[in-house]
Amino acid sequence: MDRLDVDDATWTGISPRYVWPEVVGWLVTGLLVAAATIPLWFLDAWQWRLVTVALVVATLVTCAFVPRRVRSIRYQLREDDLLLRKGILVLRFVAVPYGRMQLIDINRGPVVRALGLSDLKFVTAAAASAVTIPGVPEAEAEALRDRLVELAESRRAGL
Amino acid sequence: MTAAGPGGGDAPPRVPGPTAAPAEVAALTDGEWHRLHPATPLLKGGIALVILLGIVVNNAREFVVGAFVPGERGDGEGDPFGYVLGHGLLLWILLGIVGFVALLVAVFWLSWRMNTFRVTDDTVEVRSGVVFRTNRRARLDRVQGINIQRPVVARVFGAAKLEISQAGDDANVTLAYLRSASADDLRREILRRASGAQRRDDEGPGATHAPSLAKGGFVGVVEQRAQEFLRDGDGPEEAPPASVVKVDVRRLVGSVVLSGFTLFIVAAVVAVIVSVRLTGEFFLLFALLPAALSTGPYYVSRVTKSLRYSIAGTRDGVRIGYGLFSTTNETLPPGRIHSVRVSQPLLWRPFGWWQISINKASRSKAGDAAAQQSGAILLPVGDEGDVRRVLELVLPELVGVGAAEAELAAGAAGASGAGAGAGAAGAGAAGAAGRVDESAPTAERAQEPLVLAKEVGEAADDHASHTLRLIEDGLTSRGADGGFTTSPRRAAVLRWFSWRRNGFRAAPGAVLLRKGAIWRELVIVPLPRVQSVGLHQGPLLRRMRLAAVHLHTVAGPITAQVGALDEHDAMTFFRDTARDAVAAAQADRTHRWLSAAVGDPARASASPAPAADADPHDPTHPHPDGGRP
Repeated sequence: MDRLDVDDATWTGISPRYVWPEVVGWLVTGLLVAAATIPLWFLDAWQWRLVTVALVVATLVTCAFVPRRVRSIRYQLREDDLLLRKGILVLRFVAVPYGRMQLIDINRGPVVRALGLSDLKFVTAAAASAVTIPGVPEAEAEALRDRLVELAESRRAGL
Repeated sequence: MTAAGPGGGDAPPRVPGPTAAPAEVAALTDGEWHRLHPATPLLKGGIALVILLGIVVNNAREFVVGAFVPGERGDGEGDPFGYVLGHGLLLWILLGIVGFVALLVAVFWLSWRMNTFRVTDDTVEVRSGVVFRTNRRARLDRVQGINIQRPVVARVFGAAKLEISQAGDDANVTLAYLRSASADDLRREILRRASGAQRRDDEGPGATHAPSLAKGGFVGVVEQRAQEFLRDGDGPEEAPPASVVKVDVRRLVGSVVLSGFTLFIVAAVVAVIVSVRLTGEFFLLFALLPAALSTGPYYVSRVTKSLRYSIAGTRDGVRIGYGLFSTTNETLPPGRIHSVRVSQPLLWRPFGWWQISINKASRSKAGDAAAQQSGAILLPVGDEGDVRRVLELVLPELVGVGAAEAELAAGAAGASGAGAGAGAAGAGAAGAAGRVDESAPTAERAQEPLVLAKEVGEAADDHASHTLRLIEDGLTSRGADGGFTTSPRRAAVLRWFSWRRNGFRAAPGAVLLRKGAIWRELVIVPLPRVQSVGLHQGPLLRRMRLAAVHLHTVAGPITAQVGALDEHDAMTFFRDTARDAVAAAQADRTHRWLSAAVGDPARASASPAPAADADPHDPTHPHPDGGRP
């Protein structure tokens, strides 16, 4: 079945290298949670160990899906707004008019920075907007940020 | 003196009237630093004194009881008051209290000395704090609303608290306290400067009040206080805009009694009875007893908060007032309401009552959840006619005669060649394409103003009845009635009762979301206020080829989301709304809502009150009761 899409879609994907920070993030989180269940091993019933095993398996499965998830994150700069699409299980489209962007963050975590990438975060007056384009190559991110700030400035509206 | 606007007054005053601001306001808004009402330390410190007194009384309670009930008098063991008396420490304690009070007064006096404010043409600025100094400056054109609060103690002193709301958490500029009359004047002056109107304000008689203490003497002061107290929460010259909705006390009580809270209580009572019957134990009864005791005060406070509710349209936006002893009076300029919800709790349905809530960009402090809640309610209870009149005020470009007038004005301007851009205004926030077409021939023969006025009147009636249908449809209809696109039949699994009702509709300048068959609600989001649009589809929705659309607005009690739509309908809705929101935001001029009056004519359509040719306070103007059912 075809996924829902907008008609005039010329999407830009993000860098495939963004898989690594995602995988590292999931591994660290998953393994930490799994490690936290180790004390359960000292309970009498051996079934408790299955909890740890299940957590490890879940983490690995999540990691296996990361490449597809990263491929699903796409954006396009339309004439008046930024359109973002992401998610495989939960598909999400967000359209943010340029004039509505209040500020644009560039974040770089340790792994993201090591790969020469940046995360772009857009903030509007609505908390629900929550638009992030992760894994954009550094130079491109800065250019994109400058361009979007310029666009936002030229179309600035009140709240 | 700032007799003319910031731009130097390139437009003459509308009516030859007082060209100078009332002396007191002119003094407050001259751009210099001013102090607040001299009674401020007393009003702020009064609360601390009351608390102190409460502690003392609480400790003396046993002693006082003992004095009146013979034989109960103990020897002071475990009773601090008795201990104090027994050991001859009364003098020291009294001295301590006096010293403490003196210290408090000194601190409050100092904080009053250090608390200054100034109002310039573009900003309002407040300095406060003794040890930790704060300086807050807010731009006037970013005003989200002005709130005048008069707590009961402050009312006795003839003082009021002026709060200038700005977007964001706890971003308000508070001037506490001001002289009651000057608070009203200051509000008017701030709104005038914020509106971008390039002319003198001629609302109200002005300069008739503010009798100084010296003038009236003691009797005069008492008389003035009494008058102020007996008046509605408003100042003297604020009376004219009469409330378009009268909330009957019986209806208010009924609405509170029939709220969802009552349903909860009934459920709790049933649970108690069942548990007692089944187990023979009373533990649930005792567990719920404290909650039961607090229901009475809860009901009473709900009612008193909404007593003397009033809502009226002024040139500077909607004015909402409520409160019996402590009054609140808030002015929301046009374009400061981010979404509107008309809802009907289940028990209100037999009576046909509705409630209106709104999302605003300003939020008070996090701890003030109760005030937050009441500030979000625009109409506590009203019937369908009330709902329509309130919506006319808050969404003039969607409902009522404002839209029709703007369209006709745009058509007329285009025909007379005054503004080629006026046609574009029709495509903006207010333009319904079909209506613009109708008005074009009108404009061609409307050379005489009388004919035009007649046409405006007819079109206004026409439009009013049209929008009345729209609202009525949205409130109660189901299926495709009223132009709504609803969920498909397969969504009945997710929306058992409401799938025929669950839907959306694009209206000129806004989007309507119709939801709920049992708890009915209609969410109206003005397109210029949409921050972004989202569409999402989880695994379940995907399997059913459904999707949900979410219009993101500033945070508030309303979430403008409609789920379980056909995925193609949802995608069309998403795309159209995203496109229209951009266009509407660009056409929107409510930021400086009156600058349109003298600016380019194309802007007039975005201004809810086309002040150039119609005075909203004029009683002959059809706005308040045009096309009433």
